[in-house]
Amino acid sequence: MKIIVCLKQVPARDAILRLNPAGTWVQETDISFEVNEPDIYALEEALRLKEKHGGEVVVATLGPARAQQAIKEALAKGADRALHLDDPAFLSLDASGVARALSRAIQKENPDLIVTGLQSDDFGFAQTGVILAEILGLPHSTIIMEIQVTDKTMKVKRELEAGFFQWIEMPLPALLTVQSGINKPRYATLKGIMAAKNKPIQRLSAADLGLQAQDLAPRQKIAKVYVPVKKAHTEYLEGGAKDVAAKLVDKLKNEARVL
Amino acid sequence: MSNDILIFAEHQAGRVTRPTWEAVAAGQSLAADLGTTVSAVILGSKVEALASELAAADLTEVVSVDSPLLADYTPDGYTLALRDLIVQRQPRFVVFSHTYLVRDFVPKLGAALDRNFIGDCLSYRREGGRLIFVRQLFQGKFSADVEFAGDAPYLVSFQAASFREDSVRRGATPAKVTAFAATLSPENIRQKPGERFREAKQAVDLTQAEIIVAVGRGIKKPENLDLARKLAEALGGELGASRPICDSGWLPMDRQIGSSGQTVAPKLYVALGVSGAIQHQVGMKGSRTVVAINKDKEAPIFEVATYGIVGDLFELVPPLIEEIKKVRAG
Repeated sequence: MKIIVCLKQVPARDAILRLNPAGTWVQETDISFEVNEPDIYALEEALRLKEKHGGEVVVATLGPARAQQAIKEALAKGADRALHLDDPAFLSLDASGVARALSRAIQKENPDLIVTGLQSDDFGFAQTGVILAEILGLPHSTIIMEIQVTDKTMKVKRELEAGFFQWIEMPLPALLTVQSGINKPRYATLKGIMAAKNKPIQRLSAADLGLQAQDLAPRQKIAKVYVPVKKAHTEYLEGGAKDVAAKLVDKLKNEARVL
Repeated sequence: MSNDILIFAEHQAGRVTRPTWEAVAAGQSLAADLGTTVSAVILGSKVEALASELAAADLTEVVSVDSPLLADYTPDGYTLALRDLIVQRQPRFVVFSHTYLVRDFVPKLGAALDRNFIGDCLSYRREGGRLIFVRQLFQGKFSADVEFAGDAPYLVSFQAASFREDSVRRGATPAKVTAFAATLSPENIRQKPGERFREAKQAVDLTQAEIIVAVGRGIKKPENLDLARKLAEALGGELGASRPICDSGWLPMDRQIGSSGQTVAPKLYVALGVSGAIQHQVGMKGSRTVVAINKDKEAPIFEVATYGIVGDLFELVPPLIEEIKKVRAG
């Protein structure tokens, strides 16, 4: 089976983020980037399906030149090739813009299955995969914890709230967004890293994909980004470890009365 | 109905759910601010009783879309039915609660309508003629003011507890219930959903715990869990964790606190190296006293903490255990 994995590069979890001067996004210079964590699980799931059923895993990434690093990591782990959607017109797209661009690249591939992480750690829209399914006319399901493929159909375990799950059957081709924790992602091996050097990365621009400005026009605008206004009256305790521990225990005993 | 507000209602086991009432509160608030009317829509099979339950709220109308094909939720069925209704009625806003079900189909609905969905909002405000929605970025490290571009209908969902169930305005008389016939056919519904189930009985019931020590990524290694375990023992509490810890298999899934795990409300909640992403906060916001220990002073957990300590948990916890033992012994 041919599986597409949509993989995004986001600012690293431990990066110290600062707002840009315009206050519309974070400053992207001087921070490190990494593969969006839920997408790592999506990639692992695709690699496991390929190992079981045969076929090909193709990575689709939209992002500037720095996203090559994320693509290379995926290729080193075992993806066969990659589509890199890279164009100045792709900067700061919203979820529908990203989905539209990805749909053009993926349509030509005619995959059996598309997997994405359930959301990105930066915008956190949790929309791109689902919109992509609709544009491509594919059935989908979200927040998936297990995938069982049999010939032209599959059974997936969808996570619900409060510890509930549900099995859902649907025909292929289809799109799934997977939940973090669905598997234990592998590390790239040295052999994998060497092999990745010869794996093809196809660069695709807006023109290559026949995308006009109106196809990518934003449907929502971020007017301002800021540090959240703290609502709760958090009392901060300061000092050396021993001091703070004593202060805290005193507060818990005499103020909060929970000890 | 044009220029109106439409609220999407969910139900489970024959009852309108709590998130739905929160969406009703949000929709009523928007309608009051915009000076428009507000209605609700409920989908399902044999939903008369649910529609009347909903009609107790102060609404212009409750629209029921009743079909055997909507007996179980599917993203295909719900999208097709709601798309028909929205195309016909052209509401200005469609208001949702940001549940797993809404996440599952509303982006598709937006794409099917060629309209936009701003999901997971905390609040909204008016600024002149503009309507600004506030949502989180980077797992709560930042907030963003977001506006719709393009044409209505606009789809918007609010995070759990952004609006209060008890602020729903009741109507003097029940709202009228109108049936809407959506065009649905079985071949257009591609997902076949099974029953809802829970995994093997949960070994630990954290919902009953009076004291919980929760660990997050800041614990760094599974070996370090012992430190947290010792603190929990000293306090006479249970050990819990944020999702990444259970995902990594360091603690079993039944120790997980958050939207996909358990919702707890102990009298004392100690968060060790838990950043406090919203999915975690949803599961512990009801705790009476929250202690947050985290080396990142920007960690969202501090927003819900009673006492905050910015520092290294590995330095802080050992003396803390000693102090607790002293107090307990005395």
